[in-house]
Amino acid sequence: MLILECPCCGVKAEETELAPGGEAHLKRFGPGSSDEEFEAYMFARKNPKGVHFERWRHAYGCGKWFLAARCTATLEVFGTYPAQTTEPPAELIAKIQAKRPDWKGWK
Amino acid sequence: MRRYSVFAIAREALRYHSGWGKAWRAPEPKKQYDVIIIGAGGHGLATAYYLGKNHGIKNVAIIEKGWLGGGNTGRNTTIIRSNYLQDSSSAIFEKARSLYENLSQDLNYNIMFSPRGLLMLAQTHHEVRGYKRTVHANQLQGVATEWLTPEQVKKVVPIINLHGPRYPVLGGQWQARGGTARHDAVAWGYARACSDMGMDIIQNCEVTGVHQQNGVVTGVSTTKGEIGCKKLGIVVAGHSGVVAEMAGFRLPVESMALQALVSEPIKPVIDIVVMANTVHGYISQSDKGELVIGGGTDGFNNYTQRGSFQHIEETLRALVETFPIISRLKMLRQWGGIVDMTGDRSPIISKTPLGNCFINCGWGTGGFKAIPGSGWAMAELVAKGEPGPLASEFDMWRFKEGRFIDESVAAGVAH
Repeated sequence: MLILECPCCGVKAEETELAPGGEAHLKRFGPGSSDEEFEAYMFARKNPKGVHFERWRHAYGCGKWFLAARCTATLEVFGTYPAQTTEPPAELIAKIQAKRPDWKGWK
Repeated sequence: MRRYSVFAIAREALRYHSGWGKAWRAPEPKKQYDVIIIGAGGHGLATAYYLGKNHGIKNVAIIEKGWLGGGNTGRNTTIIRSNYLQDSSSAIFEKARSLYENLSQDLNYNIMFSPRGLLMLAQTHHEVRGYKRTVHANQLQGVATEWLTPEQVKKVVPIINLHGPRYPVLGGQWQARGGTARHDAVAWGYARACSDMGMDIIQNCEVTGVHQQNGVVTGVSTTKGEIGCKKLGIVVAGHSGVVAEMAGFRLPVESMALQALVSEPIKPVIDIVVMANTVHGYISQSDKGELVIGGGTDGFNNYTQRGSFQHIEETLRALVETFPIISRLKMLRQWGGIVDMTGDRSPIISKTPLGNCFINCGWGTGGFKAIPGSGWAMAELVAKGEPGPLASEFDMWRFKEGRFIDESVAAGVAH
């Protein structure tokens, strides 16, 4: 069972307490953007077999959104961090790079 | 290929069944093919079969990283129906359902198609309105479905509890010609027919790269070496995004785990397929007597072919409150498959940014029922280079252009 530590309240929450929220660090496009940008924002989600950054909500806990780095091929969790950021923390990226030398980076 | 018939059984019965040959060959790959299909599941094999049968293209290889029919084709709950809301969906699903009716004869392989009837329960007033609307749409589309009252529901499925603890049964949408088929047999039947036409089914051979020259596909790298092709069809379900990345484009799909389970075998209790989308569970009984049970997907990206425990609990809770008689059954086996979900929950059968490379994916949680129709439409696209009437609405550019084929709310996404 997936266990993620909520960075807001510090609880090690298991899956039934959590609601998945899809890809993290989306750049939003709205009126005035090109068709390609808008389509990519709406539909072309990253779907990697490997390291994935995603949004979760501690729905049956503190109720706050947070972000997590997880491997979709093994379900290994690399770490969680608060949602108030535009990119993953440097120490988390270093940790993932150490574990997955072939990883091409989060962008 | 030796035809299967009552005479063949009688002949083999007299010689200890020593004369049955292999159903399909296991060849080494050639250097070059006219068409390579990646993925020997139901959709890939059906594509190859109709390429040969309808379009005369028989220099075809079907490459499979695992074993034939070992992905979602062997992991689904074998439900066949075509009661969709949108015209383009019901056209392709009804084509598939009608092909299933004669598929055993067509392939000379018993796929055990059982049009036992399929019932989708309406348990909220919203669902009642939605399914009545679908019934009306189906009548215009020439798909035979009808609305059943709660009394009629009780008649077709006597073990149902109409007054459940959470949601009462307010009626149901009934498709008498829906049902089930033996999922493995569909893959095996197509494989045997493809092999008989001279096509090469290459198992245990994983594609590791896609080659292109001037924007046109020229072949693939595999764990069994380089193989050249004039045209490439990608039909790999859950791993569509991974193969598309090799071919240099991104797909609007996300891969998630969907689980199913079967109970211990019991005497016949339910002779139709029932789907309950509000409480989220569906059930049918196999010929062996096992109850075949499915539910919803896990909500997060996953490639591991195993799902979360709480979804099993959720599904079983839903079914126990709908069918209290099953509450003490033991569950025998549980498994997961990786489904590729699109934004509008409709499939993609499309040309791609790479020349002569075609993709068939995005069937999400409901691909099995579509296998013959999907293969038919994909074969036409690969053979002619342009989609025919069945596939024309399902191109991957519909997301950019806003031409969604929205089945996510209307027809119920549980399959």
